Amino acid sequence: MSHGIDTTPLARAVPAWLADEPLRIGEHVFTSRLFVGTGKYKDVEETRAALAISGTQCVTVAVRRVNLGGGSDAAKGPSLLDALDRTKHVILPNTAGCYDAASAIRTAQLARDVLGTKLVKLEVLGDPKTLLPDPVGTLEATRELVQQGFDVLVYTSDDPRLGVRLAELGAVAVMPAGSPIGSGQGILNPHAIRILLELVQVPVIVDAGVGTASDVAIAMELGAAGVLLNTGIASAREPLRMAAAMRDACTAGRQAFLAGRIPRKLYANASSPLEGLIHAAGRPDAP
Amino acid sequence: MPTTPTIRIELNGAPRACPQGGTVAQLVQELGLRPEVVAIEVNQALVPRAERERRTLVEGDRIEVVTLVGGG
Repeated sequence: MSHGIDTTPLARAVPAWLADEPLRIGEHVFTSRLFVGTGKYKDVEETRAALAISGTQCVTVAVRRVNLGGGSDAAKGPSLLDALDRTKHVILPNTAGCYDAASAIRTAQLARDVLGTKLVKLEVLGDPKTLLPDPVGTLEATRELVQQGFDVLVYTSDDPRLGVRLAELGAVAVMPAGSPIGSGQGILNPHAIRILLELVQVPVIVDAGVGTASDVAIAMELGAAGVLLNTGIASAREPLRMAAAMRDACTAGRQAFLAGRIPRKLYANASSPLEGLIHAAGRPDAP
Repeated sequence: MPTTPTIRIELNGAPRACPQGGTVAQLVQELGLRPEVVAIEVNQALVPRAERERRTLVEGDRIEVVTLVGGG
């Protein structure tokens, strides 16, 4: 798809020794582990450019009432769907803004009717101020949507046991929040995410709270299968530059996870040889 | 000239009159919407795209017409 901003220089080859296995979610296979939302961009061109630069292969959209108040409207003129290249991006509709299981289920059904997709990013939220997931409503809606044949990627807290229960209900991915949606606070409880990653047997995608590239890298270094973000790119001072940073952080974090970090130690461990120093004498004793 | 009888419905939360015997598909057309980018609920139940032609609106129906927008 053509747009006004050249994004091609970022497409680069990966040598065979850096190869990674693709991420499989439901019927889909992704080589990019970055999932990007389409909200809050300045315009359609910026949205398209940011998605292209980020390298994402899966983008989220929201379901909202058609504006029938006159003037131009997405359902009359150009639609967001026209702007998204479905050969490059799998579209993942969300149930953002739903505060109970019933409305989330209705929203998922509406999205499926428009897109013809089984995928849904389920959000059942507790209140508009914190946007924290409501665990009981989330469980109820997951159970029902799985029974209705949806592939449910479920937004949840970083509670490891809740993640296990959602996976047992048949969610295809569990998406713990790093911190509240749009807060930019990063990964507040990496220990909980680590335990969740150990216990949950479906892909875990850290979703929400990403403020900058290092947050993505930390999530991936912990072993997350992917990261989903929106505001961190869309509301950056330079969204396109941040899209590139997020892409690189995702790759860097993933490669660091695969490479295996060194354990943290309290004391130093010299990188240079201890033998052959020109000042053989006079080494101070350790305290 | 005889006028077509109308019924009152609620469309995206606002009252609206529409012709008696009209279908969901006709409503979408009347609103000037692209059928492939919207989804329709009547009384909180999805009317799948394939059933829009058959689904007749009746007095008091509450209709939701939605589309996809940018979001996370």
